[in-house]
Amino acid sequence: MSEPIGEIKKSTSTHARRVIAYIVLIILSILCLFWFYILLIYSTRSNGEIQKGITFIPSTHFVENFKNLVNSSQPVFQGLRNSLIIACSSALLSTYFSTLTAYAIHVYDFKLKKFIFTFILMIMMVPTQVTVLGFIQLMTKMNLINNFIPLIVPTIAAPVTFYYLKQYMESALPLALIEAARIDGSGEIRTFNTIALPLMKPAIAVQAIFTFVSSWNNYFIPTFILKKEKMKTIPIIIAQLRSSDYLKFDMGQVYMMITLSIFPVIIVYLILSKHIVSGIAMGSVKG
Amino acid sequence: MAQNQASVAPMGKGKKSKVVRYNRWGYIFLIPFIAVFLVFNLIPLISTFYNSFFENYMAQLNHVGPNFVGFQNYKTLFADGKIWQYAGNTAIMWVMGFIPQIIVSLLLAQWFSDTRLKLKGSTFFKTVIYMPNLIMASAFSLLFFALFSDGGPINDLLMKMHILDEPFKFFSSKWATRSLVAAMNFLMWFGNTTILLMAGIMGIDVSLYEAAEVDGANSWQRFTRITLPLLKPILIYVMITSLIGGIQMFDVPQILTNGTGNPTDSTMTLIMYLNKHLYSKNYGMGGAISVVLFLLTGALSLLVYNIMYRKKDKEA
Repeated sequence: MSEPIGEIKKSTSTHARRVIAYIVLIILSILCLFWFYILLIYSTRSNGEIQKGITFIPSTHFVENFKNLVNSSQPVFQGLRNSLIIACSSALLSTYFSTLTAYAIHVYDFKLKKFIFTFILMIMMVPTQVTVLGFIQLMTKMNLINNFIPLIVPTIAAPVTFYYLKQYMESALPLALIEAARIDGSGEIRTFNTIALPLMKPAIAVQAIFTFVSSWNNYFIPTFILKKEKMKTIPIIIAQLRSSDYLKFDMGQVYMMITLSIFPVIIVYLILSKHIVSGIAMGSVKG
Repeated sequence: MAQNQASVAPMGKGKKSKVVRYNRWGYIFLIPFIAVFLVFNLIPLISTFYNSFFENYMAQLNHVGPNFVGFQNYKTLFADGKIWQYAGNTAIMWVMGFIPQIIVSLLLAQWFSDTRLKLKGSTFFKTVIYMPNLIMASAFSLLFFALFSDGGPINDLLMKMHILDEPFKFFSSKWATRSLVAAMNFLMWFGNTTILLMAGIMGIDVSLYEAAEVDGANSWQRFTRITLPLLKPILIYVMITSLIGGIQMFDVPQILTNGTGNPTDSTMTLIMYLNKHLYSKNYGMGGAISVVLFLLTGALSLLVYNIMYRKKDKEA
């Protein structure tokens, strides 16, 4: 007699927990999406409409705001182009060489292997900000100010990307395969490029996205490297806009500019979100 | 037997030298990483340390130094007390964001991994809550500044809903500005933490929960007696990595307050302080702050390393 009552009790408590879970999740989702919704709405409104106050209904000035921004004095499109060049090159170089580094540790056996692996794990968390002073001085000496190189090449040594790829390699790249390639007479570099790289594609894709995004969003170091107006990336231009008295500008253009710097990443993310969300947990904590 | 060994030995030797020949490539493939690390990380780190022992700044248009001053920069740094205030600001804003973050993330991770709840659309929710993590912090801050400005949409909304009678000046209030920074950090990071904790919970042996259930444990007891203790290493990992991230807090308060740390220096963080010195080309003081931050984050990194990898090494 007591058992069915227990069952019913249990199922009602599960039911109640489910309802609470849905309510909390919906509230949090609204909290996450609200800002981007408002942003999108505001980028469709003219400056006059924006001054009239808040609304949740889109207006019709999206194209007009875009055109005004193209013709404005803000070098937004130059900035987007610069950001795109730096972020794409970083993603490419960083993932290729991080895979190579992971391959070196995974496939070969050499004296300093353990030491180097431990060392990379230890420097993984040290932030770049603490060396930025020496970095700026060195780049000045090397005559690399107003050059994209200081923002692209350092991503070759990316401990986090390396660690993720190393973890993935352990399950995706059997050593027997490399052994077989050697027997077939394939050189080591060719084996890496034609056998290891293709097998690592899913993990490389995830890391390429992360590198792209962090490079695209990077603000602190580029401000010290890119001084020339036409070299500046989009976060620097946004910071400049903030330091001018921009609330008096055409706010339609301002919202359009924020939209242009945020939405490309969101769109790519939404297309690839399945891989990204399942990819985050993989490399980081499986210890 | 002896013959056997004799015949094996040369073969083994031959194989070994071949392996060594291949293993040479291990070093060759590490060259790009090591070269880039040396040039772009290690040399800058050393020269940052070196700079911290020199007086080197601009006074109006005159360049002073570089003159060797020993630990004078460090003495100045700690004597004027500003660094403590900024460390305090950073800590306060980090805690204000981290506490709700860890509570919400634990709750969500537990729900997402609870098979009994059978939540529908969990992929959708995970996608949505992770999204703010990818947003450009500077653009997000500019957006928040526009939305929360005195005549901005949020004030307008609050007045239309009759919560406010007149616009609330968010950026003139110390705690409102700090809360906005904390809220943005929360929004940007709770999705990430949720997914990490979920991976941890998924790794817990299901039979433990089944056994607890047979013994009559309710969901709260299962959570506090099984999930939390077994999740401890990952919780510590999340906390320390978040703390390291918190020490680096820059983009959000910098753009939100236009680098001023207003009102009255209450949102000035450690990296904003460093940025100020770098911007005014005071390399001595900039170096001293960098070294202090390096030691702080380095110590925390070692802690992460010990928790995550040392234990695994021992087991292996």
